[in-house]
Amino acid sequence: MVLFPATATKYFRYIAISFWAGLLVLPFTGAVHALEIAGITTAAVLSWRLSKAGPFAGALDEFTRQLSRAGKVIDAVSKAVRTRTALAIIIVLLLVIPIFQNDYYRDVLTLTGMYIVLALGLNIIVGQAGLLNLGYVAFYAVGAYTYAILSTRFGTAFWPGMVAGALAASVFALLIGMSTLRLRGDYFAIVTLGLGEITRIVLNNWDSMTGGPNGISRIGRPAIAGYTLSAPLDFYYLILIIACFTVFATHRLMRSRIGRAWIAIREDEVAAEAMGIDTFRLKLLAFVLGSAWAGIAGVFFAAKMAFVSPESFSFFESVMILCMVVLGGMGSIPGIILGAFLLIALPEFFREFQDYRMLAFGFALVGMMIFRPRGLLGSAGSK
Amino acid sequence: MFTQQLINGLALGAVYALIALGYTMVYGILQLINFAHGEVYMLGAYLGIIVLGLLTALGLPAYSLALTLGITIVVSMLFCAAYGAAIERVAYRPLRNASKLAPLISAVGVSIILQNFVMLAQGKEYKYLPPVISFEGFTFLGARISPVEVLILGASILLMVLLQLFITRTKLGKAMRATSQDMTMAGLVGININKVISVTFMIGSALAAVAGVMVTLYYGVAHFFMGYTAGLKAFTAAVLGGIGSIPGAMLGGFTLGLIENFCASYISSVYKDAFAFLVLIITLILRPSGLVGQRHIDKV
Repeated sequence: MVLFPATATKYFRYIAISFWAGLLVLPFTGAVHALEIAGITTAAVLSWRLSKAGPFAGALDEFTRQLSRAGKVIDAVSKAVRTRTALAIIIVLLLVIPIFQNDYYRDVLTLTGMYIVLALGLNIIVGQAGLLNLGYVAFYAVGAYTYAILSTRFGTAFWPGMVAGALAASVFALLIGMSTLRLRGDYFAIVTLGLGEITRIVLNNWDSMTGGPNGISRIGRPAIAGYTLSAPLDFYYLILIIACFTVFATHRLMRSRIGRAWIAIREDEVAAEAMGIDTFRLKLLAFVLGSAWAGIAGVFFAAKMAFVSPESFSFFESVMILCMVVLGGMGSIPGIILGAFLLIALPEFFREFQDYRMLAFGFALVGMMIFRPRGLLGSAGSK
Repeated sequence: MFTQQLINGLALGAVYALIALGYTMVYGILQLINFAHGEVYMLGAYLGIIVLGLLTALGLPAYSLALTLGITIVVSMLFCAAYGAAIERVAYRPLRNASKLAPLISAVGVSIILQNFVMLAQGKEYKYLPPVISFEGFTFLGARISPVEVLILGASILLMVLLQLFITRTKLGKAMRATSQDMTMAGLVGININKVISVTFMIGSALAAVAGVMVTLYYGVAHFFMGYTAGLKAFTAAVLGGIGSIPGAMLGGFTLGLIENFCASYISSVYKDAFAFLVLIITLILRPSGLVGQRHIDKV
């Protein structure tokens, strides 16, 4: 058995890669850590090589094959979910599990639910219509601040507040979309990015309206039939209802005539237009609908925290939500739910590695794009 | 007051222009928004501080200030060029035939990696320039001008002229222009596309390094988060001038620097970043091809 069927030049390449990695980080880390990083790079390159040839050949391919298979299983399960019994079992589990958890895990689950709503909303824009939105958090912020201002100034209740928040985010999206959706794809991405920044800057500086960096506190709690929600478990059930509704609505939307038109636009806009699809109006619809979900999630966030400040609406938040959509597999609802779990729930369990979390996250993004650009559970689509 | 703001705006604009050149060159060839470019500028700023600190420990500034600055800038440029080439090789080249979204997300990933790497290696705190160089300012037409501003303007204009000569007069520059017109055809006539793209990234990153060193000399401070806003604004400058066009990036950089400075001093300083992005959005809506860019027609 030949462990390394590689030629001498190949060895030289591995050494050169590690040497480069060490050299690049040298001025920042000092000699000791640079050697460490060179060592880690060597190990990474060698294990990559071993997965291609040698005793572990095909291990990586096998792994990705298993992932695809898991994706198919989950697809099958999600199809089975449409049978009422399976759906009922899942809902009962989701209803019962948090009762046996402590408040901390309930909060984590609630947060995950909120991000599922956000990610499914963004999926309408990015995954369905293929519009890269890098400023999604602006609409989330509009929803949150709408409810915060209405609640603290006019004592508006939660449910009308939610309608107002969704409406405000939609109108905002309509105004922005009408003027920018005619732009080419990457220009649109940059405009949304600039928009997200402008929104944050305005929130930070419009003291009389938004409270500036201090934000708005003492936002009203939601009430249902005279019972005011305040415990973590209450909010868990609230977001569960909202998330289930979102899953149902986006699922129906995906299968509709509109959903199919979005996919056509995503795959080839010029061809879609030639087939008689009004691309501008449909893109606008996707942008507005997706933003409405951001508004709803924003209202929930404001009510849950009873406090909003510009800090919660940074560009990084937009990137996180985008990563949930991309990581799980664009366009796939189970994939996006998995993505939200991976990015919100998992890091909570790895709190001790907090400093290295973001670094690993960056590597995961690059690695995903290179090795599985369709997402963890993404199907091998047509394009 | 006016002259002062003009000079400050031009100095700021020169920095934006240097970073914008990297965006515009990469976009011209790959149609990729190199989101990690702002981080390369941040690396350049840190390298400037690190190298300058090292040279100060060796006692070089007392001997020759010009030599110290020269070594700092060259070392920073070399390292950033290496980073640029490495980023392209690792994060973009495997994705060259992927959908448009993939390289952009990969670029966001690289940006996160570089930011957190510098944060872990160099700390979360602001990093200050060693107080070795004290610059005596001078007064010109009632404006207070620091020698650093002169250095920024001089160096950036020199580099832009050199770049323009490189692009128009050399063989490699010609290959770059050919690649940006049609990559497949350029490959067919024997141009080594991979090499051209690597060189593009290296030149862009080296220019960003100069911008980074200049900014740390100017403000005396660097932070691991500085690349994000600067990168965004430099991209704005590139779009303002017409992305893909090298004179456009220079024009856009200076225009943006002036707009930002005058808005900050005459309208509102807290909203100066918002003005920059507003300019970007308005430009894209009214004139997506920028000030000097050419109209782009979508082909099937």
